[in-house]
Amino acid sequence: MSSDNKKWFSLNLNRKKKESSGTCGCGKTSGGCGSYSEHPQMTDEEFAEAAINASIGEERTKDGFDQVFDVKMDRRSAFKKLTASLLIGAGAVSTSCSVISGDESKEKAQIDWEEQFKGNYKLMDDDEKKGTVERLMRSYELRTGKNISMSSKNAEDDVLFGYAFNISKCQGYMDCVNACVEENNQDRNSQMQYIRIHEMKDGKGFNFNEADDNYYHEVPAEGHFYMGTQCFHCDNPPCVEVCPVQATWREDDGLVVVDYDWCVGCRYCMAACPYDGRRFNWSKPEVPETEINKNQHYLGNRMRKKGVVEKCTFCVQRSRAGKNPACVEACPTGARIFGNLLDPNSTIRWVLENKKVFRLKEDLGTEPKFWYFMD
Amino acid sequence: MRRLKVFKSLVIDSVDAITQGSKKYHIWMAFLTFMMLMGMYCYSIQLDQGLSATGMTDRVSWGLYISNFTFLVGVAAAAVMLVMPTYVLKDIDFKQAVLIGEGLAVAALIMCLAFVIADMGGPSVLWHMIPGIGVFNFPNSMLTWDVLVLNGYLFLNITIPFYILFRHYQGKESKASVYVPGAILSVFWAVGIHLVTAFLYQGLQARPFWNNALLGPRFLASAFAAGPALIILVLAIIRTYTAFKIDDKTIKKIAMVVTVAAQINLIMLISELFKEFYAPTHHSESAYYLFFGLHGKTALLPWIWTAIPLNVLATVLLTFHKLRNNFRVLFFSCFILFVAIWIEKGFGLIVPGFIPGPYGKIAEYTPTGIEIGVTLGIWAMGAFVFTILAKTAIGIELGKLRYKK
Repeated sequence: MSSDNKKWFSLNLNRKKKESSGTCGCGKTSGGCGSYSEHPQMTDEEFAEAAINASIGEERTKDGFDQVFDVKMDRRSAFKKLTASLLIGAGAVSTSCSVISGDESKEKAQIDWEEQFKGNYKLMDDDEKKGTVERLMRSYELRTGKNISMSSKNAEDDVLFGYAFNISKCQGYMDCVNACVEENNQDRNSQMQYIRIHEMKDGKGFNFNEADDNYYHEVPAEGHFYMGTQCFHCDNPPCVEVCPVQATWREDDGLVVVDYDWCVGCRYCMAACPYDGRRFNWSKPEVPETEINKNQHYLGNRMRKKGVVEKCTFCVQRSRAGKNPACVEACPTGARIFGNLLDPNSTIRWVLENKKVFRLKEDLGTEPKFWYFMD
Repeated sequence: MRRLKVFKSLVIDSVDAITQGSKKYHIWMAFLTFMMLMGMYCYSIQLDQGLSATGMTDRVSWGLYISNFTFLVGVAAAAVMLVMPTYVLKDIDFKQAVLIGEGLAVAALIMCLAFVIADMGGPSVLWHMIPGIGVFNFPNSMLTWDVLVLNGYLFLNITIPFYILFRHYQGKESKASVYVPGAILSVFWAVGIHLVTAFLYQGLQARPFWNNALLGPRFLASAFAAGPALIILVLAIIRTYTAFKIDDKTIKKIAMVVTVAAQINLIMLISELFKEFYAPTHHSESAYYLFFGLHGKTALLPWIWTAIPLNVLATVLLTFHKLRNNFRVLFFSCFILFVAIWIEKGFGLIVPGFIPGPYGKIAEYTPTGIEIGVTLGIWAMGAFVFTILAKTAIGIELGKLRYKK
């Protein structure tokens, strides 16, 4: 998290956030660099001044009315805010004006309000993305007293993620499934799993009908081979087309993602997916506090709520940080290969160029970015 | 200003009319209210627990709600079969029935919307779907088309009868130049709502059971059979219990519509069955599951094997003039036809779309009590809405409700 000391009780109505001077001149936020030591130490008073500046800034010179109404706003967002205030204004007012409730519950109400009526992440600019991520982190802190880190990192240029699966190597250990569940904070109660490993009989070919994707015996079982499926991050994803509110979309690096806060839970995308790639939170997802992966991404493994769709994101929180997805890292046999399709030196490119690869249900025209191959 | 005054008086008069009636009427309304309350209670449980209170799972992600929604869109669309002859072709025999048909369409559409909302995982963020405030994925998503056409059709079916009744309430004749353009529009619109709803499923390459070109036309045929069948039953009840006069001729004409639609529907059914079973492919498995069961999973068998014989029997009975013109036989045929199509186009269509799953997994679906409770509640709400609308309309048409200057 950045060293931004912003407090959270402002309405943040499309106001551009003032750049705080918290970061070091070299651009780093932590660690030592040559330039920092040259600055003199701040006194307490200066620090308080700077903190107030950073947190409320220009609002100090405005009265309450100006703070709320003297902000730049287009018609669309104005309308949105008006609807918002009409709908839950009463509730929020009663909480925030209450003399009994403390600052924290006021802040909580403020965050809840802004979160309930924020826009679609896909259409947010970078500041708004940062804003919602910070609200979510603060909200988690207020609720549990613990900190999480959440990223809103965008797709990088010249990156297109792809995945290859070596059928010869997979032994059905399911380490990928477990790693995925832990990494992505999936609901433990319903045992939600993004990855399915299909156990197939030798000599029957790829016969999914007779395959078992829910086995509980020692592997590798005699006379069987294994094949994993998950979201294939299609280049022409049918699930994205059908979403009535654009809560799911294809990012520039090829990841098909969901804005869990924008999803209305109609499950049309689940019906449209030919690869069984999507999961729904039929009840409130629960992950024990000790098992929560606190390294999160807004579009990835942050905590979901009930009634929304989720899916594999190729571990966006890892892949955009230059790491392999959890399933790739966990695979003990090296059956899983992940990389940048636009990088001619990547392993995935080598596989595509040197192996006889194929994809599932190519006739549907979905263009999956998930290839299978054999040694 | 004067219009507002008339409107206020109309509201007061109609509230008066709907709160008064025979003992049977009061029992009927009390029963519906009870069912609605029960439905609301079930829905509150569903809101609290999430959709896990229903029988749906990741494998079968749509169930009873969407099934009923699909079927009721057809019932709503069927009003066109009365609207077109009355307003466009000027067939006076339908004149008495058309207001009832439109009232039924309004009730069916309200039920449709209620079923869709009941099926939503996040009803509190439904505003994301409102064009302008939220993000409306038009024209890519067929669901947005459906939202538009359903609400548009609801608007048409409220405004046209309202205009006519409002004029009659003041003792004036309604002007054809005002309502006929709307009526003509609603004829196309009715075909639109049902085709769009079919496209919702038809456009999914992931589900071969739905992804066939006959789905849309078959939707229309079954809708124009089931909808008017329900209208006949409702007219039969109305003319038994009220002074509202509906000629035998009217009912016979509607019966003709039902018959032709049921025959076309049956032909399409045969065509579908031929395609699935003459040269079965991997894509025929859903049909196999529906009609014969797969790997010992046979949950839908009793339903579909009730629906098919009922459907055939009703069509045969209706085809013979002698039988059709006998009202006892007619009402019986209409009833079994309605039930048969409800099964066939409800969960007989939706559930097998998900079975087997994309990778051949067969996970069956059984609705839970909560789900059934909510469904019954919504049906009761539809009946309640229709009763209110019909009672007011009949009052005005009979001249009992009149604006007093």
